[in-house]
Order: sequence, then structure tokens, then C-alpha cells
Amino acid sequence: MTYIVKPVNHHPNLEKNKLGLTRRDYEGTISTLCAGCGHDSISAAVIEACYDLSISSDQIAKLSGIGCSSKSPSYFLNQAHGFNSVHGRMPSVATGANLGNKDLLYLGVSGDGDTAAIGIGQFMHAARRQLNITYIVENNGTYGLTKGQFSATNDQGSKSKYGEENVFAPIDLPTMAIQLGAGFVGRSFSGDKQQLVPLLKAAMKFEGFSLIDIISPCVTFNNHLGSTKSFDHIREHNESVSSLDFVPIGKEIKTTYKEGTKVDVPLHDGAMLTLEKLSKKYNPLDKGQAIQSLNEAEKNGKVLTGLLFINPEVKDHAEILNISDTPLNQLAEKELCPGAKKLAKINASLN
Amino acid sequence: MDTKYLFKRHNTYWVKVAVPKDLRKELGFDLRTSLHTHDLSEAQKLREAVVEGFKSQIFAAKENLKQSNGKSSVKTFMPITDTSDPQYYHKVVDCQYACPAHTPVPEYIRKISQNEYTEAYMINWESNVFPGILGRTCDRPCEPACRRTRTHEKPVAICRLKRVAADFKDDVSDLLPKAPSSSNGKKIALIGGGPASLTVARDLIVMGYECTLFEKDPQAGGLMRTNIPSFRLPEEVLDAEVNQILDMGLNTKFNSEITSLKNFLHEDFDAVFVGTGAPKGKDLNIEGRKEAKANIHIGIDFLTSIAFEHIDSIGKKVIVLGGGNTAMDCCRSSLRLGAEDVKVVVRSPFSQMKASEWEIEDAMEENIPIFENHVPKKFIHDEGKLTGMEFQKVEAVFDAKGNRSLVPTDDDPVIIECDDVLVAIGQDNSFEWIERDIGLEFGEWDMPVVNPTTFQSTHPKVFFGGDAAWGPENIIWAAAHGHQAAISIHKFCQNEDINKRPEPGTNLVSQKMGLHEWSYDNDISQAKRFLVPKADQDVALKSLKIEVEKGFDENLAMEEAQRCLNCDVQTIFSESLCIECDACVDICPTDCINFMFNGPEDEVRQNIRIPALNIEQDLLVSKILPTKRTMFKDEDVCLHCGLCAERCPTGAWDMQTFLYEEAKVYS
Repeated sequence: MTYIVKPVNHHPNLEKNKLGLTRRDYEGTISTLCAGCGHDSISAAVIEACYDLSISSDQIAKLSGIGCSSKSPSYFLNQAHGFNSVHGRMPSVATGANLGNKDLLYLGVSGDGDTAAIGIGQFMHAARRQLNITYIVENNGTYGLTKGQFSATNDQGSKSKYGEENVFAPIDLPTMAIQLGAGFVGRSFSGDKQQLVPLLKAAMKFEGFSLIDIISPCVTFNNHLGSTKSFDHIREHNESVSSLDFVPIGKEIKTTYKEGTKVDVPLHDGAMLTLEKLSKKYNPLDKGQAIQSLNEAEKNGKVLTGLLFINPEVKDHAEILNISDTPLNQLAEKELCPGAKKLAKINASLN
Repeated sequence: MDTKYLFKRHNTYWVKVAVPKDLRKELGFDLRTSLHTHDLSEAQKLREAVVEGFKSQIFAAKENLKQSNGKSSVKTFMPITDTSDPQYYHKVVDCQYACPAHTPVPEYIRKISQNEYTEAYMINWESNVFPGILGRTCDRPCEPACRRTRTHEKPVAICRLKRVAADFKDDVSDLLPKAPSSSNGKKIALIGGGPASLTVARDLIVMGYECTLFEKDPQAGGLMRTNIPSFRLPEEVLDAEVNQILDMGLNTKFNSEITSLKNFLHEDFDAVFVGTGAPKGKDLNIEGRKEAKANIHIGIDFLTSIAFEHIDSIGKKVIVLGGGNTAMDCCRSSLRLGAEDVKVVVRSPFSQMKASEWEIEDAMEENIPIFENHVPKKFIHDEGKLTGMEFQKVEAVFDAKGNRSLVPTDDDPVIIECDDVLVAIGQDNSFEWIERDIGLEFGEWDMPVVNPTTFQSTHPKVFFGGDAAWGPENIIWAAAHGHQAAISIHKFCQNEDINKRPEPGTNLVSQKMGLHEWSYDNDISQAKRFLVPKADQDVALKSLKIEVEKGFDENLAMEEAQRCLNCDVQTIFSESLCIECDACVDICPTDCINFMFNGPEDEVRQNIRIPALNIEQDLLVSKILPTKRTMFKDEDVCLHCGLCAERCPTGAWDMQTFLYEEAKVYS
């Protein structure tokens, strides 16, 4: 909790993006989360990504459920649309909103409890239906709001702040999402913005369901020795599968990766994802291999991060459902009730 | 305007060359020296040789360092900041660092905002001796240095707040130090009764020295009395602060001009301090000067005559020559003596006038026109009765190197009618009374050779300070010199090495009171600089004694004090506590904090979140952290809001008040 008001003053040399906005213009109210919370770093990364992409805030909807993670949309993009839904029901609200106006950029912000426990059903179906959303899981492996119980993503054998070990096996959200057909699945760490920001940018530009599972240490209840979601543990066991560059349309690709390790993935709008494979055998376009690698890493106590899987060919739910190009909320009576003549024509075509 | 390596202290140009971090232990933060000139083009000419000299000095030190390390480093890294060096945090407090007397500015501004005016006054008095006087007349080197000029727009009205402390204080007589009951047997002579001598007296009297002041005028105060008109500095204010020192037990010999130092040295004094100022106004020897002399006056002499009430009138039409602060005082004084048409005529362009911006504004507010680019050619007179002056119009032309020359234009000569002319084109020192055969060496510009640290001349018993040491400066410099000279005189009298200077006193105190409580006000005021109320012009122009500026009232003072950013509340970083969670990076409103790999300084400065282009301002460089990264904090536009410490989960950042007290002889 912070009581000091963040001064409006910014660095005199702070740069502006294409819209003439500074990074500070994408901020929200000051965070009421614990000092040092990983979620605040994720908020900062979202701000950075939206600023870099020069997205106007009124083109974004922030949707969340319940929990520390789900409070955090207050702390970024003050000017964006938003809906703070019932616990675990964010994907339903997102689906409805998406059907109403498919042109907005949907940022779903959820946590390990909101997604992997109470909302797991909702999460699975959103992934299966290719809901066009950037689904961010701020994953700290603990129920911080209720004083630090194990959550469903907490690793077996990981210790709580009070010393007892978690006896249940965890749910691995990326593995599940890949199996359910999600087109973009990544994992990152709140303490590594160099990886997180380009990953967020790519996910926002991806049309379809994109999941980013972000390990976000809970400084109050899950950042101690014995925890597998602490800053130290993640830094020690982090294994990045790829180094990622997001190149918007019209920009020259400047990264110079070693020949043979580079993979270019074109996105729907012509932007390009350039990946440097850090592990020779890892291919993020291969679903089977992605799942296998995730399983192996889990067995070896490693945390695989980076862009784990991408399927650029995937169709999003609007395309699958063949929804009109004009968002539904912009269709007036004239378009929705085209009149008796048109109806007769349609009826005739059915004969 | 090419001012590379140059900066202006009062009206004098100085050269400054930054020292690379790894050599600072040896050479200090930067190498600097006064060029003893007020003229930019001259400074530009002199600069080259000095800069070259400094650079070779830095190069030599670098070579030395390399040899002593025994290896040439392939890649250089920014050294870890040595925050135990008192100058590091001192430099972050821009105003205090810029103040020659190093007055703890934020400390007294906080006192003002707590209505503790007496305490605020005493903090000032300790450092600069004349808070009430300086609060009205200081040249304010602190204000252009103020962080607000970088983060907002206008600096805090530091000088006017100093006056607030003086205006609203209680009786301080019980708080002032007294002479000890018995003397230490040493006798010190102070020649000249200005701010430098008075400062030396104040510092030495409390140490038990018997000080005797010799002053040619009937009262003490020096230029503060003779050259600053009462409408800027009321006599009561001046008397009060001068008397504070006289009443400490200073022996005074007024109306006693010393005419021979040689003879004077035979008198029974253990040391002599010369604080005789720069009392000789420059003259303008052009055609008609001799013939029309009855109506041509030297500016500072004219002001002195007013101060001692030797003159009380002047002609209806007055020309003031010169663009410095004396010229501004002359023209405004003329108006009050009854002149109806006063004009200021300057050789240079308006933009290069030497007077302080606010003094020019004050003159212009009194509807005094300033004519730029007019070079005086002759005094026109009618059989010895001055009737006017002739000027040649010029244009300032700069060559490729930035040297200025004033080139005459094709315009006809300009004739301006006048009854009196005041010549205020500069001041010189006057050392006719010092014989050149007494072992006291004179150098360039016929100035005594004085050690810049100890203020000792080549005659071990004789010390200099104030304008007498380095030429015309401002009162605040005289106070700074006085403190240093007092230290030297004390060490000299006690047979100690005067080159060993005492360390400043420093203290760091955490401001954390609770989980989210800080004992300083860290809200950043968005208010604009408040203007000082002024006396009604109809009334003010009728008398020499009516003070024009009325000073802030308590409410305005409170508002203005809130504008201070508390730069002395330092951001202290403890590597051992940092878990590199990035909370501070994310929250910092001005993006000062960075975690990245170390490298050469210019690379680091380019690669941090917002390039640190202001090389005058340091980067705080941490020890290496567990992820092999280093924390770099650019001090340039830090608001000292404390959010980094507020959002830090482990207390790796703390806000600690840094008090820097320049050493005094008695500390």
C-alpha cells in the first residue's frame, strides 16, 4: 500500500510514441499491492508494450476476475475500458464483450487461483474456442489475499511460508493450453522485462487465444527459501527456449541471430516475430515437441520460459463462427433488419 | 554563444573540466579556476590554454593510475560510487553545492515550512553570517543550480526564503556565540570592515582571539553599506547583522585608513587579514572627461556619497554608463534623488549585460530605458558645463571561435542630452598602500598572489579574502572566504600546517518513521514560483529609504517553501538487501533507476532507460548484484519523492537526510 501520490512530473527527455503519448500516459492509479509485488512489474511491462505499439487506450478492454492479480488492471491504462468480473468468470465476460465488439484488444488479467482453480473450466473453453484475447496469468503459486495457502499451480514439494510442503501435483497452464489448441502460448517471469515485453507485444498482435503464464513472485507469502516461485528460485532454474523480437510492419528486422538458429514467424497483420532458438532441438511450431519439452523441464525442476508454442495458421473464434466484419455493436437496425424484400430473397435462396 | 568549459560565478568566468570517476580521489570532482574576467570573449581566449593544462593533468593522472595498476584495462567499467566521500551526496544537493559558503538550503527551507524561523535563521547565520542582508542582495548562485530548473521550470526562490527567516525570526541574541571570558593572547588585525573581515572576526572571536578592525569609513559594513542602496537593503537590517559581530567583542578603529602595510606590520599583531574589497571604480577617459568633470561621477563613489548622505540631489537628465549591478543601483538611486529622465547606456547587447536578471527587471519596472550597443565617444560640454554625450552605435559580431567584437555600424553618432553622467563600467582593486618590497608578491593584473585554499599571501602573516583576493564578487563569496581564512589564521597562530584543511561534518539520518510514513514532506508541489510583493511605485520612487521588495508574508513563504524538492533527503541504496524485483524501476516517476550490466561511462550513460546526457550530474553506481547486474541511478532529475523506498519490499532503498556542514574554525 502506498500513500504517496506519484508525481505527475516525468523526465524531460521522455520519448513519445506515434500517438504523441509518453509511457507515463499509459499508467493507472498507484498500486495498492504489496511493495515489490511481481504483479506491479507485469503492469509496467503491459504499459511498456502498449506504449511501444502505439495503441490508443480506448481500443483496449481490460478484463479480470478476483484476486491480487485481478486488482492490477487498475494500475495500468487508466483510459482503457474495463470489467472486473466474478471470481473465475472473466473468460465468459470476455467472450460476450468479444462477440459484441471484436475490434477491441482484449487483455484478460487473471491469477493462478482465478484461472487454475475456480475458473479452470472457463479458461479451458476460452482456449478451445480460440477466443481472441491476450490472457495473462499472474502466477505466484499462492493465495496471497487469504494469507498464503497453496494454489493449484504450486509445485509438489514446494514449501509454504510456514514450513509445510505442498502434497499435490501442480496444474501446468501452458501444457494445458497447448493441448486445448491455443495458438500462442508463452511463459515468462515478472523480473525479466527484456523477455516479457516483446512476448506481450507479440501476444497482443496475435489473433486468437494467446496465453502468457507469468511467474510473478509473491513477496509477502511465497518468496522464501523452499518456494519454487521465489525470485531466487526462478532466476536459478529459468531456462529460456528462445529470445524473441517483435517487429511491427514496416520496420526493418535488425536482429542478427546466428544462421540456423533463427525462425521467422509472420503474424496476421504482416508483423513479424523473430525468434532465436536458444536450444537447438526446440521448435516452437511443433506442438508435440513443445509438450514434451515442458514435461521434461518439469521433471528436471526447470522452468521453461519464452515463446513455447505458436501456430500462426490458427483461426480465431470470430473467423470460425463467420461473424460479420463489422463488429456487432456497430450494426444498426438497418443492417440487422434488412426488410421484407431481402427476407424474401433469402427465403427464396433456401428453396 | 560558445561557453564550452566555461561557467559564470557572479560576474566572473571560470573554467571547469570534469574529472573521470576513477581519478576523483586524486583530483577531485572537477578541475576549475577563475579566469578573472567578466568578458565572454576574453574568457574564450583564455580558456584554451587552461583547458589544455587541465587535460594534460588528467592524462598524467590516468597514466599514473595505469602504471600503479600494472595493467592496461581492455574494457573499462564504471567504478562503484564511493558514497563515503562527503562530496558525492553534497553534489546531489545542487543549491548547497553551488553556494560558496555551502549553506544547507533544504534544511532551512524545511524549518521555514514548519514556521521555525529562528532555527532557519541560525542555520543560515552559521554558514553565511548575513542572512538578512543576503536574503535581499545575494547573487544567488544557488538558484540557477536548483533541481527545479531541470524538473520543472523556475528555481525555488531560495534567496527570498532566506529573507523570510530573517524577517520572522525571534530575538536571536541569546543564541549567538560569545567570546570566551579570557583571550588566547593572540592578536589579529582586520583591514577593511566589509563582509570578509566581519566573517573572520566572527569565527576567530569565539576562539579567543583579540580582533581589531580597521575601517576607513565611520561605520562597518564595507560595500554592503556603501554600494547597496537602502531601497534594496534597509539600514536597520544592515546594522543589526553587522552589530551582531561588533557586539561579540570586536575592537573597532573607524575612520582609520591604513596607508602603509609595511609600517602596519610593525604593529603588534600575530596575523593580518586584508579585506579591503575592490573599491576603485573604473573611469572613462574619453574626450571631454576633464573639462566636464564636475558632472561626471564614478558610480560606486556616487553610491557611497549617497549612503553617507553627502549628496542629496542630481541633475534632471542622467545617463548611467554600464550594464552591471552597480549601474542598476545608480540609475534607480538617481530617480529617487529627483532625476526625471534617466537612461542606462550599455556597450554590449542587452543579452550580455552583466547585471543580475532580476536587477535589470527592477530597473525596467521603474521605466528606466536601457540602450544597448552604444559605445561612448565623447562628453559634450559647453565651456565645461556638461550638456550631453556622443555614442557610436555598434553591432556585436562573433567569429568562428566565438570571440566577440563590437563593430561600428553605419548609423550616425547618437547624441543624448544630459546634466550628469554616472560611470559604472567596472571596479578595480586598489593596493597602492601595499609596498612591493615587503615579501608580498604581486602577480597578474597587479593582484596579490594568494593561495586559493588557504587565502594566505606569500607573506605568511598576511591573509586576503573577499574582493581583495580575487576581484569583484558577491557578499556570499566574502563570507565563504572569511571562514576559510579564519581556519588558516587559527592554524597559523597555533603553528599547525595550514594546508591540512578540516573535513566537513556530515550526517545521514533515515527519514523512515513507519511502514509508509516518512518524516519529510515528499509531495511535489506543482505551484509556480511565487512573486515577491513590492511597494507601490508612487511611494517607493519618492525616497531612497523605502524598501522596494516587501518580502514574502508567512503564507507565501509556506507555499514557496513547499516547492523545495528536499534534495538533501538522499536515496541510499544497499546492495545486500536488494532482491532485484524492479519495483523501484517501475515506480520512479522520472526513470532514474536502472539495473543493467556495467560498462564504460559513456556507454552506460547512453544505454540506460533515458540517456543521462547531463554529464554535470553523477550516476550512482552500485556494487555488482546477484544477477551480475549493477544498479545505476541518474541523479539528474530525481525528484527525491521517496517512491523507490516506499515501493521497495526489503528496505534496499532508504531516504536519508544528508547534512553537510562546511568546516569552520570552531567546529
